[in-house]
Amino acid sequence: MKRRLMIVDDSNIIRSMISRTLSQHDLEIVATAGNGEEAVRRFMEDQPDVVTMDLTMPRMDGIQCIRKLKAMNPRVRVLVVSALADKATAIQALKEGAQGFLCKPFSESDLSDAITELLEEDHHG
Amino acid sequence: MDEEQLRVFVELVQQYFERQTGRPAEVGSPHLGDAAALPMYDFTGVIGISGTRQGCVYVTARREMLRALLLQIGETDVSDRNLADLAGEIANTLSGNARVHFGADFMISVPVIVQGGAHAIQVPRSVKAYIIPLRWHKQEAALVVSLQ
Repeated sequence: MKRRLMIVDDSNIIRSMISRTLSQHDLEIVATAGNGEEAVRRFMEDQPDVVTMDLTMPRMDGIQCIRKLKAMNPRVRVLVVSALADKATAIQALKEGAQGFLCKPFSESDLSDAITELLEEDHHG
Repeated sequence: MDEEQLRVFVELVQQYFERQTGRPAEVGSPHLGDAAALPMYDFTGVIGISGTRQGCVYVTARREMLRALLLQIGETDVSDRNLADLAGEIANTLSGNARVHFGADFMISVPVIVQGGAHAIQVPRSVKAYIIPLRWHKQEAALVVSLQ
C-alpha cells in the first residue's frame, strides 16, 4: 500500500519540485500546505504517514508544526527540507521528532535518496 | 561586515547556482553600494535579518534569468507568481545557508517579494550595503548584503 505524503513549504516551486520527484516513489501525495497552521489542519483531514517540512514559514514555523503533528500522531515520519543549514537547527528538528534533514538547495537525487532512507528506516524500525 | 564574511556570501551564491543548475554563476567583484541607488531588477526577494546581526539580504534578478532558472530546475510554470516565488526562495536559501558561518542567532525572516524595478529597498544609511553582482544565463542579477 502506498504511503500518504503531505508536503509543507511556503514556496510554490519547492512544493512542485518535491511533488514531481516524490511522485516517482511509492507515495501518494494527499496534501500540500504553505504554512504550519495549514499543515496542522490538513494533517487532521488527510492523515498522512510521511511529511516533508520546511522550517521558515509564516504563521507557524516548522519546528512548532512538527511538535503539533507528533502530538497528534507520534508515528508520522518527518523529513525536514530547509535552508537553515546550521547544526543546532538540525539537532533541534531531530529532537522534536523529525527523522531526516535535507538542506536546500537540493537536487532531485538528493531528495530521492533522503526519502528512500527515511522510508527504509521506517520499514526496518 | 569584513572581507571574510562577504566571501561567505560569494561562495554561497556560487554554490547555489552550481548545485541547482550545474552551471555556476559568474560572480563579479563585491563593492560598496550607495544606499540611495542600490540595484533593483524585475523581481526581488528580501530577507530581514535579526538576532546577533541586523539588516537585510536581498536577491534581485531579471525576469529572463528567473525564467531560465525555473525551466532548468524542471518547473514549466513560469508565471509571474513563480518568478517572484523563486526570487524569494533564492534569498531565503542563501540567508539560511549563511547560518553555518554566522550561527543559529542569525535569524532570518520569511521572504518579502518586491516586483518591478521602479521600487527601492530602503536600508539605513548608517549601515554599509555591499553589492555582489551576478551573471547567469547571460542575464544580470545581484545579491545585496546590508548587515550591522
